Amino acid sequence: MYTITKARQLADKIFLMDVKAPRVAKNCYPGQFIIAKIDEYGERIPLTICDYNREEGIITIVFQVVGASTEKMSYMKEGDAFRDFTGPLGMPSELVNEDISELKNKKILFVAGGVGVAPVYPQVKWLKENGVDADVIVGAKTKDLIILEDEMKAVSGNLYITTDDGSYCRKGMVTDVIKALVNEEHKTYDVCIAIGPMIMMKFVALLTKELGIKTIVSLNPIMVDGTGMCGACRVSVGGEVKFACVDGPEFDGHLVNFDEAMKRQQMYKTEEGRAMLKLKEGATHHGGCGQCGGN
Amino acid sequence: MVDAASVEVTRMDVLKKVPVREQEPEIRAKNFDEVCLGYNEEEAKAEAARCLNCKNAQCMKGCPVSINIPEFINKVKEGEFAEAYKIIGKSSALPAVCGRVCPQESQCEGKCIRGFKGEPVSIGKLERFVADWARENKVEPEAPAAPNGKKVAVIGSGPSGLTCAGDLAKLGYDVTIFEALHEAGGVLVYGIPEFRLPKQTVVKAEIENVKKLGVKIETNVVVGKSVTIDELMNEEGFDAVFIGSGAGLPKFMGIPGENANGVFSANEYLTRSNLMKAFSDEYDTPIVAGHKVAVVGGGNVAMDAARTALRLGAEVHIVYRRSEEELPARVEEVHHAKQEGIIFDLLTNPVEILVDEKGSVRGMRCIRMELGEPDASGRRRPVEIPGSEFELELDTVIMSLGTSPNPLISSTTDGLDTNKHRCIIADENGLTTKEGVYAGGDAVTGAATVILAMGAGKAAAKGIDEYLSTK
Repeated sequence: MYTITKARQLADKIFLMDVKAPRVAKNCYPGQFIIAKIDEYGERIPLTICDYNREEGIITIVFQVVGASTEKMSYMKEGDAFRDFTGPLGMPSELVNEDISELKNKKILFVAGGVGVAPVYPQVKWLKENGVDADVIVGAKTKDLIILEDEMKAVSGNLYITTDDGSYCRKGMVTDVIKALVNEEHKTYDVCIAIGPMIMMKFVALLTKELGIKTIVSLNPIMVDGTGMCGACRVSVGGEVKFACVDGPEFDGHLVNFDEAMKRQQMYKTEEGRAMLKLKEGATHHGGCGQCGGN
Repeated sequence: MVDAASVEVTRMDVLKKVPVREQEPEIRAKNFDEVCLGYNEEEAKAEAARCLNCKNAQCMKGCPVSINIPEFINKVKEGEFAEAYKIIGKSSALPAVCGRVCPQESQCEGKCIRGFKGEPVSIGKLERFVADWARENKVEPEAPAAPNGKKVAVIGSGPSGLTCAGDLAKLGYDVTIFEALHEAGGVLVYGIPEFRLPKQTVVKAEIENVKKLGVKIETNVVVGKSVTIDELMNEEGFDAVFIGSGAGLPKFMGIPGENANGVFSANEYLTRSNLMKAFSDEYDTPIVAGHKVAVVGGGNVAMDAARTALRLGAEVHIVYRRSEEELPARVEEVHHAKQEGIIFDLLTNPVEILVDEKGSVRGMRCIRMELGEPDASGRRRPVEIPGSEFELELDTVIMSLGTSPNPLISSTTDGLDTNKHRCIIADENGLTTKEGVYAGGDAVTGAATVILAMGAGKAAAKGIDEYLSTK
């Protein structure tokens, strides 16, 4: 069992947990993910690592309620435990393997959308610890959905926050901020790391391609085992099929086929919807769907 | 279901096997309970009586773990079932599994002298009977030797790992198995379906028996990621390591439309159903039941995927590019699949998966094949018949084309060499190119059978024991 040593709500439907998982904490790096399973009946839920403490053997995860399993997870409290917690999975962020002195000469821009702040945070923190300041754009729908602001402020060079509705800091999309930084403030960047909703990553990648900035994105497709065994997480990158769990989760954003990836994310929408119904109302079938044949 | 009492074991034809009771096809096609019901005591004794007790037993030569087959069958004949279990236990840690999933027709039973004139002795079903009887009657496995103070790490809890761990524990080694998934058993839990190999009663029980020998199992450890082999040896004090990490990454055909929603690897489909138990409402993991499903491939895994989809309510087609004769699946599996109503589209090969505007499978364009000259495998090469393309209307496609090795361990272990197929190189004792590190099973051979993996686990246990005894 893997005990939750801390649990707190960050925003509506967004939660943070510290989980005791010494083997994961010992060998993990920014960019990698874990798989958590609540109990015997639970799904294997992949989540990118938000922070880690090697000495205490703690992994921090942040998740948003998007389906029945994450909803169930949101009810878990400090002292509760996951039946299973495995990792680190996937490849560490490219930055981790780069020469520090070379990194110091690079202009790095991070773009974090919504809950994507969580996987961006450990990368910015890692850079800070190695003496590299990076610019960070954080975007959210509205003020209340901005998470980990203080934490991010402490590790980033310049932090630019924007909200879709203008309720906090700037108003507009993250792409508007990129445009403003590059076109108006005449900033240059060697690399952009964008993590957030698939649609955001798609549009950031389209823009940075235009601007000529190399862009890395982190994908979170549907997965089962997370070790390369099932191929559920396959994505087309530059016309080649890659498995996000072993080849990724980070890929060249200019090569990812986002439209296909977004369609694949919808695969279990109906099943997920039914699972939510079951969780909330104790039944999955309310008739009239014309799809399920009464099952 | 055939009533046990109605099987006339006394007046049977000595040239034929005592028939084994099975769930009727039309009933079992709608449930996940085991298809084969196995022998009862009377049936087992009657079948055992058919054994000629050959002095130069050919059957044993066909067994990758060299079970003393005539001796255990003789004990069954005498009704000494616990004794029979002990004899099997000397060679195999997983008899209830092997009795169910071994390809006996090409191993022990394939060599049985009885088989020259009539049917061979039903060795597999007898092994299964003995193992099931022992479990139901709570016969304990033999006690291990006194601890010798040496530690061995086993990577993977599938057939090779469990066998290697069991054999080493019996010799007094302190063995820990590291399993990447949340459940021990490897392919026995994620790959082979419930209706062929019950998880709770059979697999779990045999794993418990291995644990009773003192073997520890740590789940959720992905060796190569959570910990490396070098860390296990240098920091955690393991004197030797056995790699039984299994087959690896599923292959796809590389045809258009393969990333559409509704196309799965057999590994994914079976993992969802078997490991995650998606077929049961109690479990949260979803699975697409499908209305009309094509399974591409003709091996045992293809049969398992097809029969799983059938049980979830679909019309299922096996699409295979060669003819029935070349189907790599066991004859028994093909027979069962046909009985249950799986449709075989043989000499047929997919060329494109047809996708609707939402990105979901709507069909598959296929081409008819004919057999030409033999290829490198000795089988006649399938050749496309020009102009024979046609469309199958489908909502689900399951690709069952085999696997390629997972580089997780080989890429993170210095000095561990792989061959051109990226399989780990190991000699007949399982020794790899790295001192103290042994390997066996699919990680070495590429996808093969449970029993061959067990044979490799056994050989490696012997190799590790010899290495550590002289160290």
